[in-house]
Amino acid sequence: MSKMLKPGINVKPGSSKENKTGSWRNYYPKFDHAKCIACGTCETYCPEGIIFGDKEHKYDADLDYCKGCGICANICPVKCIEMLLEVR
Amino acid sequence: MAIELIEGSLAIAHGAALCRPGVISAYPITPQTHIVEDLAKMVADGQLKTEFVNTESEFGAASVVLGALAGGSRAYTATTSQGLALMLEVLYNCAGMRLPLVMCCANRSLSAPLSIWSDQQDAMLMRDSGFIMGFAEDAQEALDLHIMGYKIAEDERVQLPYMVNVDGFLITHTFEPVNIPDQKLVDEYLGSYKPFQVLDPANPITMGCFTEPAYHMDVRYQMHKANLESTKVIEEVAASFEKKFGRPSGGLIRNYKLDDADTVVVAMGSITGLVEEAVDTLRGKGQKVGLLKIKTLRPFPTDKVREALSGKKHVVVMDRAMSAGYGEILGSEIKAALYGTPNPPAIDSFIYGLGGRDIHEDEIIGMINRPNPGTHRSEWVGLRPDLLEE
Amino acid sequence: MEDLKQKLMKKHLLAPGHTACAGCGEALGMRLIVDAIGPNCIIANATGCSEIFTSKYPQSAWEVPWVHSLFENSSAIASGVEVALKARGKTGIKVVAMGGDGATADIGIGCISGMWERGHNILYVCLDNEAYMNTGIQRSSQTPFNASTTTSPSGSESMGNQTLKKDMIAIANAHRVKYVATVSLANPKDLERKVKKAVETVGPSYIHFQAPCPLGWGFDSDKAVEIAKLAINTGLFPVIEYEDGQLVKVQKIAKKVPVEDYLKTQSRFRHLLKSDAGKKVIAQIQTIADANIEKFGLV
Repeated sequence: MSKMLKPGINVKPGSSKENKTGSWRNYYPKFDHAKCIACGTCETYCPEGIIFGDKEHKYDADLDYCKGCGICANICPVKCIEMLLEVR
Repeated sequence: MAIELIEGSLAIAHGAALCRPGVISAYPITPQTHIVEDLAKMVADGQLKTEFVNTESEFGAASVVLGALAGGSRAYTATTSQGLALMLEVLYNCAGMRLPLVMCCANRSLSAPLSIWSDQQDAMLMRDSGFIMGFAEDAQEALDLHIMGYKIAEDERVQLPYMVNVDGFLITHTFEPVNIPDQKLVDEYLGSYKPFQVLDPANPITMGCFTEPAYHMDVRYQMHKANLESTKVIEEVAASFEKKFGRPSGGLIRNYKLDDADTVVVAMGSITGLVEEAVDTLRGKGQKVGLLKIKTLRPFPTDKVREALSGKKHVVVMDRAMSAGYGEILGSEIKAALYGTPNPPAIDSFIYGLGGRDIHEDEIIGMINRPNPGTHRSEWVGLRPDLLEE
Repeated sequence: MEDLKQKLMKKHLLAPGHTACAGCGEALGMRLIVDAIGPNCIIANATGCSEIFTSKYPQSAWEVPWVHSLFENSSAIASGVEVALKARGKTGIKVVAMGGDGATADIGIGCISGMWERGHNILYVCLDNEAYMNTGIQRSSQTPFNASTTTSPSGSESMGNQTLKKDMIAIANAHRVKYVATVSLANPKDLERKVKKAVETVGPSYIHFQAPCPLGWGFDSDKAVEIAKLAINTGLFPVIEYEDGQLVKVQKIAKKVPVEDYLKTQSRFRHLLKSDAGKKVIAQIQTIADANIEKFGLV
């Protein structure tokens, strides 16, 4: 029996993390921690679930996965997130 | 063990119940109805402990049993004809997902025109599905194939669904003496269901991924290979079944007076009883005739067929189904199996008994003794010239 | 930064690396829904965007046990899983079925009807992005009145899709589904509360989620949430809640917005703004919104 393809080809949970979707991005979010009120709205609304932070450390996005959709910047109540052109 | 004179459907229901499926789901359709009615009654009377799910369609029933297998239960369904056609999308999916369903199909014609009567046209929908396909010749074998079916399907080397084919009415609605095995023996033989893949929050897997071209062909090849190689498991199981239950049943092929035969009839399903009678009649007249029963259509037992028919002069294949625009189905598979073998026999093929059309011994003898052996391809036997006259 | 990320990143039950479009309202909603359901569940998912962007072999975005069989049978697969758990004596695991609007209201409605009629303890979630998005934006029975799709395109002889949305809430209630609610990206707290309530419901429950689709509806990738808000504030997507067939709660509209303000944000409706005939259609859509507002007492 093959070691690679198991019958049923079921796969491990969360294995999509190998797929770094950050490469899709045209714009990236820049967080202004001085303005950030740590409300966590951006974290709630990130379609990828890759914004992290807390009251103490303020928020940032995991750029390995961020697709640059801009929802966080649009939803931020104090407009502390700016979408900047990605330069690679 | 108890020998009882019972209807074929009840024998089948006993076969399924003895395997203790955790989930049974079905939708009624003639001639399968008695099977699920009998199972429902067993549940209602407390003789069978299972989750019995009545669905809104055969499509739903097939999906419920697929889900039940993914949820870690042994599962069972039965259908026929249009119901099988409606299940088809799920059943191909079930084989591809490598889930060991056992289902019974009371073989019946496909519409149109609508007919509830028997032939094996419906089964042919499943040839390319990945299911292992056994064909019973009587009620006893129908019961036995359920037990063997689970044993084969759940084998780690196989992990494929199994379809028990029984001729509708001819087996499902006739009364025969049937040996119903003791529950204890079946329990010892099968054991409890140990799934190789199961949905469980403690070990969360993803089942039913989609594949891109980089993987798809290999996954399909692996499934095909598992089906092909299950011939070994099917033979092992037929042997262990005979040892445990004391009677030969199932397997890949079975022979009747074949060894010294010059002419061999190849047939599948309940017709083989009548063919045996024709063989005996002709043997009484000094003609060396034998019978090769195809017990497993998928995997196709190519090697066994070659071995059985090697050195024979004449082969007569009987098809209870047809490929419209081509003709024979089993006939062409037998021909393909013998292609390239040294001194192959002359092969004739006949299509008979569609939609419940009766067939008689003299018609079978007529197929065997047609003049010019090897020139009869997909000849229809039993047509009514009065209807077809131009 | 890496250490902080490890420390502060919430563990979601839908992992990143999935291949949904940037700004996908369905991906966002599905993550919120699955996080609210919690880890002790089994999900059966229909074919569609949600399945394709989460389960491309050999990877999966799911952190919970998840199965996909076909387009139209997630409810029957879930039914099978639920009875299998019963047969095995496993308790406390919530079985969830999920599908898009086509899988729910069109091709899968037979199996859903069977599941509800049998009374399985299953939460069904409809991810309604209002057309067949995965195959390229074809209309479904959840496509709004006069939206342009690839199979209901607007043109000189047509203003787009000529049918009204099939009323899944009424269909669910007609099946005596114990808990029925609509949820929106505009109110994630309400979404979380309702999903938890649906999970706690013993018996059938139904959550209908409106999933704004940047690609299919034609809006920029940062706009899903504000469009969801407009859908509520126009009255086009009533956020409502039923228990045992009784309307128990509605989300009131804070400030009513004309439907045109919603329609003009999306290219699927843009043809309506260009002609007098389109203006008439907008007036008809306004009557749909007003009827919702009146029916559910939204203002």
